[in-house]
Amino acid sequence: MTSPADTLKAGRTRTNGRPRMVPLPLLVPALLGLAFLLLPLIALLIRTPWSTLPDQLTSPGVWQALRLSLVCATAATALSLILGVPLAWLLARTEFPGRGLVRALVTLPLVLPPVVGGVALLLALGRNGVVGQWLDAWFGITLPFTTTGVVIAETFVAMPFLVISVEGTLRAADPRYEEAAMTLGASRFTAFRRVTLPLIAPGIAAGAVLAWARALGEFGATITFAGNFPDRTQTMPLAVYLALQNDPAAAIALSLVLLTVSITVLAALRDRWMTPS
Amino acid sequence: MTRSTRRTHRTLRAAGAGAALLLALTACSSASDTGSSASPQVSGTVTVFAAASLEESFTKLGTQFERQYPGTKVTFSFGGSDSLAASITGGAPADVFAAASPKTMKIVTDAGGTSGTPTTFVRNQLEIATLPGNPDKISSLKDLTGSGLKAVLCDESVPCGAAAKKALDASKLELTPVSYEQDVKGALTKVELKEADAAVVYKTDVRAAGDKVTGVDFPESADAINDYPIALLKDAPNAEAAQAFIDLVKSADGQKVLTEAGFLTP
Repeated sequence: MTSPADTLKAGRTRTNGRPRMVPLPLLVPALLGLAFLLLPLIALLIRTPWSTLPDQLTSPGVWQALRLSLVCATAATALSLILGVPLAWLLARTEFPGRGLVRALVTLPLVLPPVVGGVALLLALGRNGVVGQWLDAWFGITLPFTTTGVVIAETFVAMPFLVISVEGTLRAADPRYEEAAMTLGASRFTAFRRVTLPLIAPGIAAGAVLAWARALGEFGATITFAGNFPDRTQTMPLAVYLALQNDPAAAIALSLVLLTVSITVLAALRDRWMTPS
Repeated sequence: MTRSTRRTHRTLRAAGAGAALLLALTACSSASDTGSSASPQVSGTVTVFAAASLEESFTKLGTQFERQYPGTKVTFSFGGSDSLAASITGGAPADVFAAASPKTMKIVTDAGGTSGTPTTFVRNQLEIATLPGNPDKISSLKDLTGSGLKAVLCDESVPCGAAAKKALDASKLELTPVSYEQDVKGALTKVELKEADAAVVYKTDVRAAGDKVTGVDFPESADAINDYPIALLKDAPNAEAAQAFIDLVKSADGQKVLTEAGFLTP
């Protein structure tokens, strides 16, 4: 067989004429991976009860749940951006003792089963929680069973995706641009705002999209922390899960709505934000 | 029995139904044989799919079973009856299914998944779980409808929610909870963590929660008592041991463990 160097050379010589060959050891697993990811979605489409779909979709509960999902996922993404980008900057651009540990802790919600995350949120921010009891006593704010609670649960689960993505981009970005800005008299914050942010915009966009998608599909932390009540805390994934108990056809229809909406939004955003201009 | 057989006929194609019926009948007779004789062939692993509310008592019975029949091992999968029924009809390799409602068992029988007719082995009654010591002085379902009280119900799609709705309807009460939980443990957790003031759950769950909640019996619960059916599954990989486990559950010993956990005898 040809060595990698030969393949590379062969590829290079072919660029002028025929299209570049994709090496088989990459092509086969790539296609398998694609098929693996798409097959369940295709099965969902095949088994969709198309004839009863209009009936399933005209029930007001579906649109309530969808609206709530979109509003909460977007709010959670906004909150993640406000808190997550500075956090990512801190992790990537400053030195402090225990930074490795902090970085590991930030990614903790990724490995925590979402239901456990929900219980942890209750213990922290619930009516009787470590912080929550003071929120209740001082401001009369209780977060569980509210729409705000949904946003908080989704932010908890989704923000690490944003932080990791932005931190990776920051590490890849050349810090000398910022240093140059600062030698020209910019403060560190101005350098961040005027130089770093535009530089890492694609990474922020990618992270935001990831966080949004994760928040949209969030189930465990939401139902544990915010409960399930139509038009207040019942997002699409909760509606899908509960529909599945009684009426799998309705659950498939609901999933389809969620998928269609998210694919539409993601495709639109990807084209606008994430293609190199 | 005849009704369920007829239903099977309707739902399945004729050939499939015939085969299922034949299998069910033969398994039924052989099952009663193994039941009467304490056969020494009982060995290997028994896989039991059981409703989440059975976790404490079935785990105890599993240990008892392994002691009674050395060389056996009982593995459990506890969960919502609906999800378990879905896994069984989807081909999960289980021997025994114990459901929290006849409705969820019917999903499996309708798909021809059981061997013989499911039998009711215990019944479960609803109870109100309140904060420890019942600080809100809740004494009936009606007290939960008061404003300012955070009550939690199970969603109507799961057995505990359907039973609660039945009790509410029977006493013509309108109750707006703060949440419709996806299962009974979810509802109970909300009270255990003191996020809700009360939840309508099963007596057995209140019993299992110990002193983290206080149980309040309410008269309306008599209108909504849930039957728990158990059945040997048609594709059981270890039918002999499975039948022996079902026999243990239905025996005086088994019933004692279950009533200790708060279940009612059928």
